[in-house]
Amino acid sequence: MVEFKEDVSIVLGGAAGQGIQTVEEILTRVLKLSGYNVYANKEYMSRVRGGINTTEIRVSSKKVRAFVRRIDILIPFKRGVLPWLQNRLSENTVVLGERENVEEEFMEKITFVEVPFNKMAKDVGSALYLNTIAAGIAVGLFRGDFEILKEYLRKRFGSKGEDVVSRNIEAAEKGYNLGVKLCEEKIIGIDVKKDERVKEEVLLSGTEAIALGAIAGGMNILTFYPMSPSTGVAVFSAQHAEEFEIIVEQTEDEIAAVNMALGAWFAGARGMVTTSGGGFALMSEALSLAGMAENPIVIHLAQRPGPATGLPTRTLQSDLNLVLYSGHGEFPRIVLAPGSIEEAFYLTATAFNLADKYQVPVIILTDQYFVDTYYNVPEFDLSALKLEKHIVETDENYKRYLLTEDGISPRGIPGYGKGVIVANGNEHDEWGDITEEEDLSRLMQEKRAIKKLITMRKDAMMPELIGSEDPRYLVISWGSTYHVVKEVLENLGREDIAFLHFKWLYPLPDAVKELLEDKVLIDIEQNVTAQFAELLKKEFGVSVDHKILKYDGRPFSVEEIFDALKGVLE
Amino acid sequence: MTSPMLFEPKRPGSKDIAWCPGCGNFGIRNILRRVFAELNLTPQEVVIISGIGQAAKMPHYIKVNGYHTLHGRSLPIATAVKAANPKLTVIAEGGDGDMYAEGGNHFLHAIRRNPDITILIHDNQIYGLTKGQASPTTMLGMKTPTQPWGVFEEPFNPIALAIALDASFVARTFMGYFEKSAEIIKKAIQHKGLAIVDIFHPCVSFNKVNTYEWYNKHTYWMEDHDPYNREEAFKRAIETDPLPLGIFYIREKPTFEEQVTAYKKDKTPLWQRKPKLEEIKKILGMKKGF
Ligand SMILES: Cc1ncc(C[n+]2csc(CCOP(=O)(O)OP(=O)(O)O)c2C)c(N)n1
Ligand code: SF4
Repeated sequence: MVEFKEDVSIVLGGAAGQGIQTVEEILTRVLKLSGYNVYANKEYMSRVRGGINTTEIRVSSKKVRAFVRRIDILIPFKRGVLPWLQNRLSENTVVLGERENVEEEFMEKITFVEVPFNKMAKDVGSALYLNTIAAGIAVGLFRGDFEILKEYLRKRFGSKGEDVVSRNIEAAEKGYNLGVKLCEEKIIGIDVKKDERVKEEVLLSGTEAIALGAIAGGMNILTFYPMSPSTGVAVFSAQHAEEFEIIVEQTEDEIAAVNMALGAWFAGARGMVTTSGGGFALMSEALSLAGMAENPIVIHLAQRPGPATGLPTRTLQSDLNLVLYSGHGEFPRIVLAPGSIEEAFYLTATAFNLADKYQVPVIILTDQYFVDTYYNVPEFDLSALKLEKHIVETDENYKRYLLTEDGISPRGIPGYGKGVIVANGNEHDEWGDITEEEDLSRLMQEKRAIKKLITMRKDAMMPELIGSEDPRYLVISWGSTYHVVKEVLENLGREDIAFLHFKWLYPLPDAVKELLEDKVLIDIEQNVTAQFAELLKKEFGVSVDHKILKYDGRPFSVEEIFDALKGVLE
Repeated sequence: MTSPMLFEPKRPGSKDIAWCPGCGNFGIRNILRRVFAELNLTPQEVVIISGIGQAAKMPHYIKVNGYHTLHGRSLPIATAVKAANPKLTVIAEGGDGDMYAEGGNHFLHAIRRNPDITILIHDNQIYGLTKGQASPTTMLGMKTPTQPWGVFEEPFNPIALAIALDASFVARTFMGYFEKSAEIIKKAIQHKGLAIVDIFHPCVSFNKVNTYEWYNKHTYWMEDHDPYNREEAFKRAIETDPLPLGIFYIREKPTFEEQVTAYKKDKTPLWQRKPKLEEIKKILGMKKGF
């Protein structure tokens, strides 16, 4: 018997279009509603049909939110899945499936449990029921709530008629019973505890958290040009555009998208664009306009590996330098990178207030791994959100670019008040008219690039410190690597190591420097040149002692970081 | 009618007009002040979004809201301004280089999108601000410092293109005809939907071919033209010498702002709205189950 305790990782693998997503959806939803903590993440090839896509689902007694390399249960839907995943298989891996989908050379290395999916499906009426059977087995292994599974199927297939519903239920039952039987016959042992509270939690992806956060932050217009992995935010927003009463517009290119968002803000609305590195590259021209005209804007950039088209469906944190330095001329910006689904929601909402307050571009950096990950989270506290609009009613003498001590000029908008607004991408006087005057040119540069930056820095958020205040080792990471590092540190259980996670990447508060002093700094990033470590060096003059970098387009796994950290600590 | 003087800016920076003496841009400025007054508009409710070029400096020489943006980018910005606040009268201005070269893609897609804005193209058939290079509308054979062999690329025909794309309002004028130009621009602003007005005006500094006399001689006003007849409009649009002036084509159709989901139920300008937290709550509720 192969036994799994506390935390099981199930991986489904098959061709694009084979319905893995259906199984994943049934499984995660039904198990969550049965009281299990779930986490899911997928990896897929840049193609519409065929290839091999896989999904990892973790089911656990406690909250799990990170990718593990280990596969406990594998359900392959076609040949080729095992070779594709061979580095993640062990003799503890149980493979459930058809014999023909398991290549001969793996039979020794795994525990194989033959399940005649196809035959079972045909018994129900059609090969189409294969997915439901697979989902049923997995739910059965956990003794998930069968009533919930039935209800789910009724809801999902209800529109297709009573026959389809009852056959799906029949298929699910066959699968479920088999799953239970595998446990009863002690072929597989699973010991994962349920938690009642989980039932009331929300199952949300990074994509959804960003989109909902934007809506909560008052986004009125979302503009975009499709590009993986950022498109999901547009899809979700468009699907709900009617309820939210927002505009979601697919533009002719990223240049139009970003300029539209600028126009929306200029007129007092809140605009966001969602894009990826290649799209952002096209937006850098408009970023400079935002800098010069002091036009607020929020940009969501879901990173994927570059340069150029790179690996379109994979993950990396390699666009930090792009967002830090893109745009010509000097002007500040705010760069945020949420580490968890909750953070993605609250931070995106906050991004709009920040853009409004400082009148600068605010860039939210995520990545493919982050947007495609989901897990259960406690319901958000919407009352904690504040809509902070910094628009003023203008008078006749209104000056759009009034020189102020903190570098922030009160922002008026057309049609609100007695003044007129003249915004300008050329160097300008306080009214917004073109100037080439020496003193003014200097003052305006200082206003934008220095005074405002100082103000922003004062208000910038500190990184989150987890663990001892005075550790010997300090692990540093940013954005989406949050949970994987956290889980590793929990597993390590050492007192002498702490974790500093950055979700606010720029500008950094001065007080960060002290946190970095007199410690062995270990930087963890998903890029090849340690871009964030370079930023810390530039800002604070500190050098990290160790770099743990990954740049093959795959997310860091708990095991990898565990091993790498052990290597550093020993 | 309000007074054209209402639109005279008194800001220190707007005194020093960067246009060359005798340039057609002055005439367009005067037309705008007059038309705004005739339409009883106030400076607060008008917005001019401009790109880059001599023509694009307009927001500094007139008292309305303005945004002097980047080369070729006025249209997406103007589209969003109108969408964010449909109560505003939005005008996009730029030269032929700005709108047809750098902004060419946006021009095509603005026509498809059909926001209720007016595009005024100061078409001097040359690049002014960068000192006399050929523009997309420069005539065949014209020699410039950067096309010393003479332009051999086929000139862009914005009128034919716009009609081909079934644009909502397409007109051409020569600003030497002040009254008629004012009339057309006024109709363009009043028109519901995207209105395109290609305005010939000489560049006295860099275009020695298309002068006032040239335009007088090589243009004519269309009489008895039915702007609702697309085929006729297209025939007129491909005439080359003399070039027809007037309103070529009108097609009433729904605007961008009318069709977006945001205004289906609620007409409040977007900037005055609050996030729909109750809808978020609903979605989160759904995400608890399935
Ligand atoms: C991205 C970019 N490329 C080039 C320029 C330089 N530039 C400024 S104005 C201009 C052309 C202006 O010609 P037109 O649009 O016909 O306007 P005019 O000056 O004739 O009114 C160019 C190429 C620029 N400002 N920005
Ligand atoms: S360069 Fe030509 S178009 Fe520009 S202001 Fe001078 S004359 Fe007018």
